[in-house]
Amino acid sequence: MIEIKNVSKWYGQFQVLTECTTQVAKGEVIVVCGPSGSGKSTLIKCVNALEPFQQGDVVVDGISLSDPKTDLPKLRSRVGMVFQNFELFPHMSITENLTIAQVKVLGRSSDEARDVGLKLLDRVGLTAQAAKFPGQLSGGQQQRVAIARALSMNPICMLFDEPTSALDPEMVNEVLDVMVQLAKEGMTMMCVTHEMGFARKVASRVIFMDHGRIVEDDSKEAFFGSPRSERAQLFLSKILQH
Amino acid sequence: MLSDFDFSVLTDSLPFLWAGLQFTIQLTLVAMTGGIIFGTLLALARLSSMKPLAMAAAAYVNTMRSIPLVMVILWFFLLLPLLTGKPMGAESSAMMTFMAFEAAYYSEIMRAGIQSVPRGQVHAGQAMGFTYSQSMRFVVLPQAFRNMLPILLTQTIVLFQDTSLVYAIGSKDLLKASEIAGKNYNRPIEMYIFVALIYFIICFSLSQLVKRLQQRIAIIR
Ligand SMILES: Nc1ncnc2c1ncn2[C@@H]1O[C@H](COP(=O)(O)OP(=O)(O)O)[C@@H](O)[C@H]1O
Ligand SMILES: [Mg+2]
Repeated sequence: MIEIKNVSKWYGQFQVLTECTTQVAKGEVIVVCGPSGSGKSTLIKCVNALEPFQQGDVVVDGISLSDPKTDLPKLRSRVGMVFQNFELFPHMSITENLTIAQVKVLGRSSDEARDVGLKLLDRVGLTAQAAKFPGQLSGGQQQRVAIARALSMNPICMLFDEPTSALDPEMVNEVLDVMVQLAKEGMTMMCVTHEMGFARKVASRVIFMDHGRIVEDDSKEAFFGSPRSERAQLFLSKILQH
Repeated sequence: MLSDFDFSVLTDSLPFLWAGLQFTIQLTLVAMTGGIIFGTLLALARLSSMKPLAMAAAAYVNTMRSIPLVMVILWFFLLLPLLTGKPMGAESSAMMTFMAFEAAYYSEIMRAGIQSVPRGQVHAGQAMGFTYSQSMRFVVLPQAFRNMLPILLTQTIVLFQDTSLVYAIGSKDLLKASEIAGKNYNRPIEMYIFVALIYFIICFSLSQLVKRLQQRIAIIR
């Protein structure tokens, strides 16, 4: 479903990604972790071409992102993305957040979009908030709406960039629960997260990044059993302390 | 000395002044609407990754901002008929001029507004599959406009005052009307005092409105 092939990226002189290679098969859930600044967000944003890269290629559902003929907006509309800071549109109501792209990008009628949006809102348990604005919701609620918004486009896979890092601890689980359920339904997912409980529960593989490189790419069992690199071991021991 | 004043001329010339004020307001509204639309396009051009487009827009904005408004008004009045090949009245010429001139100032405000929208919002719009123009229309510009509303209105108050300069080409705005009426009744001082008061009341109320708006926006954030 997602193939990342030898991707390298520079910001000017500074190399953020160095020859990253991995893949996510259909229905697979992979967790990406690593210290802050190691390039996790950059890598995941390369998957839907939010960040351009200079070398290598990313292929999503058979479509190459480096092919100049690729319709990037169309491809992005098929890949759901959830951000650390939710990024709901603050000037739109929750319902509008859930429907605007369905109408403007997929060409659905506003009635149909509303139906889809409200069903998804119900699914994340927030039907009562439909008429409110993002600023009136808690962080956990906003992130659940953001997941519903991404799902409203019927994505073929979902990308998560630290979806729980900006949340107060008591709100982490309500978001993780939605993600776990999604994983169990067979959604293909690539998740940057440090929630190792989540990884243990649903991940098929865990990727560990450091200084722009993929240092570990292991099955969950192998990763939690004995990560090969010292950096990964050190990182894991730090994370698992809390 | 005050006893020499005769304010009765004011009531007599009120309809005439009202017509002048109407034109002043019309000019302000037209220049504001056209200026914000054209200014937004200029701002987008300046932020564009196409270098020649960005440079052309920057050149336009910087030129307009470096020339005294009165000169622009006079030049447009002389040049527009030559360019279009048709005679143009002072009123239409004034509207064109103010749209073109104010666009330079509004564009700087809109540029700051566009840059005030966090990158994450742009990414979120793109991730939903929006094209560049869709993400501008639905995500960036509405937020930029909302963030900049108080400053856009403050600029409009300045514009409202600046419209009095069309008096240089004889366009009948509030100031010109008061001058004519003052001459007709031979009471220029009373007229100018009265008209200054009208400008003051309108601008003062508008700036109070801006203040309230700023407080409301501060609460929403
Ligand atoms: N727009 C940018 N310009 C220059 N450097 C950047 C930019 N964005 C990120 N970086 C740098 O790239 C590195 C990787 O960033 P990021 O992918 O956000 O890391 P992570 O998500 O793992 O914390 C960091 O060192 C960061 O400072
Ligand atoms: Mg990050």
